[in-house]
Amino acid sequence: MFDPKVAEMLLIGTKDTLYMTLVSTLFGYLLGLPFGVILNLTRKNGLHPNKIVYGIGDFICNIVRSIPFLILLILLIPFTRFIVGKSYGSTATIVPLVVCSAPYIARIVESSLNEVDEGVVEAAKAMGASTLQIIFKVLFVEARVSLFTGAVITTGLLLGYSAMSGTVGGGGLGDIAVRYGYYRWQADIMVVTVLLLIVIFQVIQNLGMYFSGRLDHRKKR
Amino acid sequence: MNREKEVLKIEHISKGFDQLNVLDDISLTVHEGEIIVIVGPSGCGKSTLLRCLNGLEAVDDGHVYLGEETVNPSVKNITRIRERIGMVFQSYDLFPHKTILENVTLAPMKVQKRKRAEVNEEAKKLLERVGLSAKMSQYPRQLSGGQKQRAAIVRALIMHPEVLLFDEVTAALDPEMVREVLDVMLDLARQNRTMLIVTHEMAFARAIADRVIFLDGGHIVEDSDPGEFFTLPKTDRARKFLNTFTFDTVNKEI
Repeated sequence: MFDPKVAEMLLIGTKDTLYMTLVSTLFGYLLGLPFGVILNLTRKNGLHPNKIVYGIGDFICNIVRSIPFLILLILLIPFTRFIVGKSYGSTATIVPLVVCSAPYIARIVESSLNEVDEGVVEAAKAMGASTLQIIFKVLFVEARVSLFTGAVITTGLLLGYSAMSGTVGGGGLGDIAVRYGYYRWQADIMVVTVLLLIVIFQVIQNLGMYFSGRLDHRKKR
Repeated sequence: MNREKEVLKIEHISKGFDQLNVLDDISLTVHEGEIIVIVGPSGCGKSTLLRCLNGLEAVDDGHVYLGEETVNPSVKNITRIRERIGMVFQSYDLFPHKTILENVTLAPMKVQKRKRAEVNEEAKKLLERVGLSAKMSQYPRQLSGGQKQRAAIVRALIMHPEVLLFDEVTAALDPEMVREVLDVMLDLARQNRTMLIVTHEMAFARAIADRVIFLDGGHIVEDSDPGEFFTLPKTDRARKFLNTFTFDTVNKEI
């Protein structure tokens, strides 16, 4: 059905998609994880309640998350050009993906950490643990299942967003689907790209759930 | 052991939440090896008092001293002070994702920076003493409430605290499990530990206490020895409180 050229294109597209998704998840977490920890610490019943810091963080989080991704992609073009040097291609797409995912990740991290039993945190406090020790030895450990599940969900979301960036020349499978399937009416190529996206998503989701199950010591296996 | 040595000194502390005065001008001195049982109706400030003693709660007025040091969440070395005060909670609060041994060894290794081998050895000894040798590599969900609470006591003991605070540690347990936890505490009493115990187990309180504090409405209403408190309480309020633990035989209407 496909000549080698198309097959090669799809292979490169798959690689680009994986590259965008995984790298933007990684950088998203580099920004979003500390951001989420700060939100958790400074909230009303947190370890270091601080209305101002929480208020600012909360505001930034909500503003960025309320901008639709496609609009953010366009809004950020000058910024992307400044960072990467160009505004199209898969590396350039990573910039808006990170900007869009960091506050989202911060929220997910915050709510995962908020779910850690307050009594357990208090017990650690009563044993003389410092805030850093509580974050690394208690919060991250006790919330790890939820944190990990959040990361899996985020990766899936970014996979979808990376495909969306195809509409503005973002590269990857989404780009191929838009260019061939939409502009050139080649439905077969579009179907294949969609199938590939489904397969990638399934792999991420199922691997993620498998590992998160292994991390969980609270319920019987 | 020096019974004259003051371990904890509480001077005129007050604490309120919103408009409510939970603790109102409380003073109390705890000596080394002394076991003080705090009783009183719910909401009388027992738990708040304990929480002020290790700086989990800030006092509005007055001072708490551990030895020479002021205990308050805002002092810089509060974590160093909390290390010296062990606390056991009603809800056990073990770390669910850690085994019993890991639960016990985490704080001595991370907070006190002690060597793993030494900590493991002590943990094993202590766990054996409370009958949990077989449970060391299990997770909290695999243990009964009484076992969890015994593990939580060990987790506090391994820090070598100068004083132990027990906040209604048997309130969530079935009667048989209450017994196994109280037995562990009686064993600690024999070792001359300094303890402050909040409990509703009156028979236990009478057996273990050197001093009974009756707290009501944020005040210390009585501070006496257990024999006196349980047989001849000085105040009406205490008598009424103690009466809630006894029942008259039901005389059925014919």
